[in-house]
Amino acid sequence: MHNLLYLLLRRMRLPLIVVILAYAISIIGLVLIPGMDDQGNPWQMSFFHAFYFVSFMGSTIGFGEIPYPFTDPQRIWTTVTMYLTVISWLYAIGSLFSLLQDPAFKRIVAFTKFTRDVRAMREPFYLICGLGDAGHLVIRELAEHNIRSVIIDKDDSKIQLLRLEDLPLVVPGISADVTNTSTLRAAGLLKSECQGVIALTGSDHINMTVSITSKLLAPELPVICRAESHDSQDNIASFGTDYIINPFDSFAKRFAMMFQSPSMYMVYEWMTTIHESPLSDFTVPPRGTWVLCGYGRFGKAVQESLSFKGIRTVIIEADTARTGAPESAIEGRGTEAITLYEAGIEQAVGLIAGTDDDANNLSIIMTALKLNKDLFIVARQNLNTNDTLFAAAGVDIIMQSGKLIGQRVVDLITTPLLADFLRMARDQNEEWANVLVSRVVGVLDKPPDSWVLGISFEQTPAIMELISRGCPTTLGNLLTDPREITVSLPCVALYLKHANNKEVLLPGNEIELLAGDQLLICGQTDAETHMRWSARNLHALNYICSSYDHPSGSLWRWLNARRKRRRDTGSDMARDMQE
Amino acid sequence: MNLEKVFFAFFIVLALTLNFGFFLGDLDDPNHHNVYELYAALVVSLIATIMKFGDRAHIGAVLLATSLVADLQLIAAVIIWTLFAHASDAGVTPMIMASIVSLSGGALLANVTSVVILVTETVMFRR
Repeated sequence: MHNLLYLLLRRMRLPLIVVILAYAISIIGLVLIPGMDDQGNPWQMSFFHAFYFVSFMGSTIGFGEIPYPFTDPQRIWTTVTMYLTVISWLYAIGSLFSLLQDPAFKRIVAFTKFTRDVRAMREPFYLICGLGDAGHLVIRELAEHNIRSVIIDKDDSKIQLLRLEDLPLVVPGISADVTNTSTLRAAGLLKSECQGVIALTGSDHINMTVSITSKLLAPELPVICRAESHDSQDNIASFGTDYIINPFDSFAKRFAMMFQSPSMYMVYEWMTTIHESPLSDFTVPPRGTWVLCGYGRFGKAVQESLSFKGIRTVIIEADTARTGAPESAIEGRGTEAITLYEAGIEQAVGLIAGTDDDANNLSIIMTALKLNKDLFIVARQNLNTNDTLFAAAGVDIIMQSGKLIGQRVVDLITTPLLADFLRMARDQNEEWANVLVSRVVGVLDKPPDSWVLGISFEQTPAIMELISRGCPTTLGNLLTDPREITVSLPCVALYLKHANNKEVLLPGNEIELLAGDQLLICGQTDAETHMRWSARNLHALNYICSSYDHPSGSLWRWLNARRKRRRDTGSDMARDMQE
Repeated sequence: MNLEKVFFAFFIVLALTLNFGFFLGDLDDPNHHNVYELYAALVVSLIATIMKFGDRAHIGAVLLATSLVADLQLIAAVIIWTLFAHASDAGVTPMIMASIVSLSGGALLANVTSVVILVTETVMFRR
């Protein structure tokens, strides 16, 4: 704010001085030049009249010759002063407008507003650097989860476009250089409300700079960082960055998992991506020889993972020397049939179009499908905007870095338990995954949502109340439909973390819930609503636990107690009589 | 030699001298206080103020404040003079003149402060 005012005043110095001088000269002239009143007596204008006259003349309002018609010498002087004052006004106003339109000034205005908006934030927020596909997805998903964020990107047009979107929350954004420490500070890096820093720009180096700045200035803040090469990944990890996401490696590992343990793949896939297709649509990629087009960072990661699983790949690469492709690689782009023939496309079972150009990838897919229509197609999609094209090309699996990274970040923030669950799940075998998949398929027909329920006074007051009364709720109770207690909710409890960090994978229904427990559950979205209702509503929970509807009003409670007492004394009398 | 400093020093000292000239004389005698001098003092004082606009140095900020005080005092004096000369039947009586001149005296004090600060700054830099 101060910067703005100083800049404005500094730039307006000369125009204002010009205006004052023009006025001063005009006024003094009018005061000095002799005039004549309506009786023909000599009359001289006072300063007040002169100022009044110059004020309306200079602003071109022009009330006329006041208070008496002017003499010729006065008119001559007025002619001079008209030009003087009007031009000086135009100059001053012109300077003001050109200053307001100045890009540098506008940038300062935007930055000032951004700083003020961030300073006014009183709710927890995440600082996001880079508004690409990934950043965009993260902002939208976080806003839908009611989590605030602040965005910095170097491209002003992207920030402007974000303003036009109807996000559920206001997301302050600024186009500025994220590697500049003052930008990060203005974006609230040092504020106590800041929950973490997420570096998602397209450049590993910039992401690294952001991480290092944040680790130096705010060491306790978690940092999530995108990295696309192994070099920078190691570098970023070296100073304690909390989460590093390499989209190519993540995809390659996940893809290789499909061959070895399809059920485990499904568990991972359901939990970590947004899916709308029915569960039955899942197809396992065939084993055999695969053709891999493009041996860049993506191609290398996929090739490495596949060869680890014992799957043969034939590599097609346009620039074998620069990418360091193996001897056996075929030189060419893969967009023309001859190269694909050479790679043995007719005998291959699958094709991976992994170049960094969407048009080339689509061309590769279409040419290959013409030569062998049974191919299993995996495609790398570089731009978000090409969604419809890739959908129309008949691709089996689409790898899109932006979506993959964005989803991973959102999961880390909204369901941190998910990472714990997946870490434990990784150590399980394929049979375990099979059981889990069949359990999920048993209650659901489309991929599940997942959510976390923490046992606490805020989230589950009813459960806490029952714990304090000494009759804890079991997990089975929680998974019961509060509307009909013979029915279970369509969901599966995946993971339970006790307050003492003890972990239980796929907890059984008999487990008693304790204060501080964190539950990861997957299932239909409306199951979450019902579950949260019974966790909050004491009567609903009481009914589930005891399958008996407890009266809530004092009158019925008293009547009930009386009836119970009478029943008890009645049975006592009967026992006495028997004895 | 810094031309900006020359201009500013010129205007700030001129504002002081003009104001002093106006202030000089019997407090309530209109014959001792020339309206042209007050007019010139106000114009020069306004220019001196604007020349300090946007100065981020500490001394600059203090000088801006003192010359704003002088402006306010002079504008108040001018308004009183205008009101009583044009909008009142009584006209500019010796009592009104005394209050106009004492207002300009206040402005004079602010002008003196500005000049003292200016001189101090100049002496400190010794260039």
